[in-house]
Amino acid sequence: MTTLTDPPKESFRLSMLIYDTRYRSMTIQVVALIGFMLLIGWLVNNTAQNLLDLGKEPSFSFLGEAAGYDINQRLVDYDNQNSHLRASFVGLLNTLLVAVMGCITATILGVIIGVLRLSKNWLISKLMTVYVETFRNVPVLLWIVFTMAILIETLPVPRSFKGVDVGAVVVTNRGIYVPEPLFSRSLGDIHLFGASSFRFDISLDLIAFLIALALGLFVRHKINQRAHRIQEETGIRPTTWYLSLAAVAVPVLVVLVTLGFYLGYPEFKGFNFRGGTHMRNSLIALWLALSLYTAAFIAENVRAGILAISKGQTEAAAALGLRSNRIMSLVILPQALRVIIPPLISQYLNLTKNSSLAIAVGYMDLTGTLMGITLNQTGRELETLLLGMLIYLLISLSISLVMNWYNNRVKLVER
Amino acid sequence: MSDLATDRKIDRSKMQVSDEVAIEINGMNKWYGAFHVLRDINLTVNQGERIVIAGPSGSGKSTLIRCINRLEEHQQGRIVVDGTELTSDLKNIDKIRSEVGMCFQHFNLFPHLTILENCTLAPIWVRKTPRKEAIETAMHFLEKVKIPEQADKYPGQLSGGQQQRVAIARSLCMKPRIMLFDEPTSALDPEMIKEVLDTMIELAEEGMTMLCVTHEMGFARQVANRVIFMDQGQIVEQNEPEEFFNNPQSERTKLFLSQILGH
Amino acid sequence: MSDVFFVRTEMLQQQAPPSTSVGIVGWMRENLFSGWLNSILTVVSALFIFFVAGGFLSWAVSPTWGATSLTECREILAGHEGACWGVIRDRWVQLLFGFYPSELYWRPILTFVLLAVALAPVLFAEKVPAKLVYFTAAFPFLMPWLLWGGSIWGPLAAAAGFVIGYFVYGAVVKAAGSLAGLIVGVAAALIWWLFLAPVVVDLLSGTVSIGLEAVESRKFGGMMLSITIGIVAIACSLPIGIVLALGRQSDLMILKSLCVGFIEFIRGVPLITLLFVASTLLNIFMPPGTNFDIIMRVIIMATLFASAYMAEVIRGGLAALPKGQYEGADSLGLNYWQAQRLIIMPQALKISIPGIVSTFIGLFKDTTLVSVIGLLDPLGLSNAIRADTDWNGVVWELYGFIALLFFIFCFSMSRYSMYLERKLRTDHQ
Repeated sequence: MTTLTDPPKESFRLSMLIYDTRYRSMTIQVVALIGFMLLIGWLVNNTAQNLLDLGKEPSFSFLGEAAGYDINQRLVDYDNQNSHLRASFVGLLNTLLVAVMGCITATILGVIIGVLRLSKNWLISKLMTVYVETFRNVPVLLWIVFTMAILIETLPVPRSFKGVDVGAVVVTNRGIYVPEPLFSRSLGDIHLFGASSFRFDISLDLIAFLIALALGLFVRHKINQRAHRIQEETGIRPTTWYLSLAAVAVPVLVVLVTLGFYLGYPEFKGFNFRGGTHMRNSLIALWLALSLYTAAFIAENVRAGILAISKGQTEAAAALGLRSNRIMSLVILPQALRVIIPPLISQYLNLTKNSSLAIAVGYMDLTGTLMGITLNQTGRELETLLLGMLIYLLISLSISLVMNWYNNRVKLVER
Repeated sequence: MSDLATDRKIDRSKMQVSDEVAIEINGMNKWYGAFHVLRDINLTVNQGERIVIAGPSGSGKSTLIRCINRLEEHQQGRIVVDGTELTSDLKNIDKIRSEVGMCFQHFNLFPHLTILENCTLAPIWVRKTPRKEAIETAMHFLEKVKIPEQADKYPGQLSGGQQQRVAIARSLCMKPRIMLFDEPTSALDPEMIKEVLDTMIELAEEGMTMLCVTHEMGFARQVANRVIFMDQGQIVEQNEPEEFFNNPQSERTKLFLSQILGH
Repeated sequence: MSDVFFVRTEMLQQQAPPSTSVGIVGWMRENLFSGWLNSILTVVSALFIFFVAGGFLSWAVSPTWGATSLTECREILAGHEGACWGVIRDRWVQLLFGFYPSELYWRPILTFVLLAVALAPVLFAEKVPAKLVYFTAAFPFLMPWLLWGGSIWGPLAAAAGFVIGYFVYGAVVKAAGSLAGLIVGVAAALIWWLFLAPVVVDLLSGTVSIGLEAVESRKFGGMMLSITIGIVAIACSLPIGIVLALGRQSDLMILKSLCVGFIEFIRGVPLITLLFVASTLLNIFMPPGTNFDIIMRVIIMATLFASAYMAEVIRGGLAALPKGQYEGADSLGLNYWQAQRLIIMPQALKISIPGIVSTFIGLFKDTTLVSVIGLLDPLGLSNAIRADTDWNGVVWELYGFIALLFFIFCFSMSRYSMYLERKLRTDHQ
């Protein structure tokens, strides 16, 4: 005989919304959602009311109006009669330019400093520690204005070069002039996006150069593959460095010679330099300061990554008879990179976000154009800030996506 | 601790000690800073010897065998391995390291490489063996340590005992003439100790010269032809296992044995 | 006995290492001149240090402390290169306190001394009396009163809201369960703050007026402004960060995506854009007629900014807790909030303290960004000082001084957080 009877059919009671685990989470979420909606509604309502009082209608039509301000450091053609949208596009390209340049130099510097900090040489490692601590513990904005001040205060004025035979690179307090690559038999440009605000030109010479380089790298890859195959078959890796070098150099040189490559040197004319590529102080200060600052953080990541590989790994590899450079490339680096790259990418993210401090030195990036002068001229705070934040968000999210993809790819297999 | 590490019958036919000298250490001293960690070590090991080094922790036994393939640098005295003297000359170091295999307490497998890649790495890059051949050798030794089926897994997926056997196979792939073991079973669970010891016994049966730092006294009794007892950085006593265990001479040895064997 | 027998009759004594491996010679051989590459590096860096230090010292050692203007400095130096320290003597107080009335300097100083006392139970829990924690709880209300002044009833009323909420929660929990208690408690506190408190404060200020002289926000400046923004934003971001971290960890889909959305949005945009929002947009979001002053708006945005980073730090702490802790709490029959309050949070927060300190250092450095929207933090002040005809043209001394101030603060905090990390690691073993 059983004492268990069928459970009574439960009817739904209101209190189950709170006390039954099946409904409880639903209740909480609905309450949270309603609260969130109310908050948003309240904010939107306030905003609408305030904008109405100010007599502003939210609209993005201002983007089509003439910007009316100049941008002196730019990658694409622009003049002050172009639209605000065009100005913002120029700013966006400037942001990307300084971010990419900064990431490259910060990585190189950071890796060198991080490795040197682990050096057995006491003096070097202490020197690097001082570098890292100095740069990490002082605000990046201070570094940016400081670098700018150094460039302006300590470098010679362009006038002082009058009548002097300058070399390829001229360093003045107005910026740095470097030779510009020119082609006497140029292929011309292709124009992308016609006459829209996002139009930009790509030099066909550059494309030809890149194709030649890609071809060279492809051949080099093939040569390496062959060397690898030979090593697998005979155990001995043939020496290929001169073949590799030739494979990369020959196509590139051929293209450069056919197109009539030469360097346009800066020349002093009138009151200033003409010719060459002019990198303005604002760009250099921002680039230098961001690189030096971020390099300190990257150095710490690199150091931590190398330290994370236990001493046992080095010892085991050494006990197998591997030389120290092979230990580094076959055992330590592949493991250390897994530790280093995720924080490295988030440093790239930080650098990109910090590049918005360009406004402090007058470099016209996205913040300086769209959220700076355009905002002040049109009085469209809501629209410009929303648009600007959205663009930054998109940049950040794409960097994060790369990071997640990488993390998933290199996860160590464990039980 | 049990005297018998294994219930396996041991084949001593090939365990022959030859007259050829494998390792010669003469008046060797080493300091860590001001701490005198190895004091006047004199030791000659012949080809085919199986030596167990025992002693309390901190007695310098690990340091001693790590000096033999120069994972640690000695400051005074001479170490000659297979006729090559260990100096700061990189060529000599390379030569000796490829002749001398080593197993560590914590296995030190490379976690980013598969078992097979762990085993073929050094043959390919140091011995310049063709890849196919290296894989064949690796599979041969993996079969010998009885885990060929794990070849494509990663170290993190294996148990401790399996990892240590892979580590042994990895060393064997370099075809070493001498094997060093640095407490190979200390980090293992009891049931895994047996599988590793069996592998080591098999190795001894094939006539490998072995130097083994271990607390497995059963292994010392059954397999070793000589037991060395170290304390305070010096060799205090050495003898054949029977004599060493049944008739220790030094007070320190007696004390150590009574602690470790629980008599 | 066989031929391998050996027994040592007398133990060897410890001997001194060979002279080449000890002492200064040994140390230098080991650390500076091991191999030719190392020797070259050593020489190059020694030369580098020599020239940099030499150049810096000859610039910095300069008898210009008493100068009252840059022109006077130049006269004193008579053509030599050298620093003009007069500007620091003249303006260091301003760089620290901005335009805060000088007779009231004791208030910010007292605030920061009390801050140290209030932080003691958190940072050095084992070395101070446990009762001090009540002072820590009261400090958030004391701090604004001391800094901004005004009637004491405002902060007291704000604090009273928490007390009321807590008691209502306590009363309702017994009758209707924890979730209902929470909702009713929060509602009671909100009702008090929004409707009752203003009336009560007016009434009390009318009858008994106890207060300090009010100081306007625009007088705030210098290091004091940076520290105030940093501290207030971090303190306020802690509870928000905890809620966001819990939300992100929870299984509730909607709640989780709201939290993730907020965190990723804030972390994805530069702080400067949020400060632009503070300076131009925040008042538009508020009901018509509200007018927060600029420092308040900056603090609000800095708080939102910091809470997203705080959430990630605390999430790391939560993730570092072994799963057994959650299971243990569940097995004891604790409900979600009890488990969080008694078991999970105390441990997770302890693990997170180094990360929290790092977040604070980052935020503290980022407070210099407020100079871009026109506030007078040290960097903003340096521009103002250079606009003065006396000091027009002074650059390095000001930047150097500000950098030194920040360095001292940030470096000591980062050392502290490293010490904590080490301590945590040893505590757990």
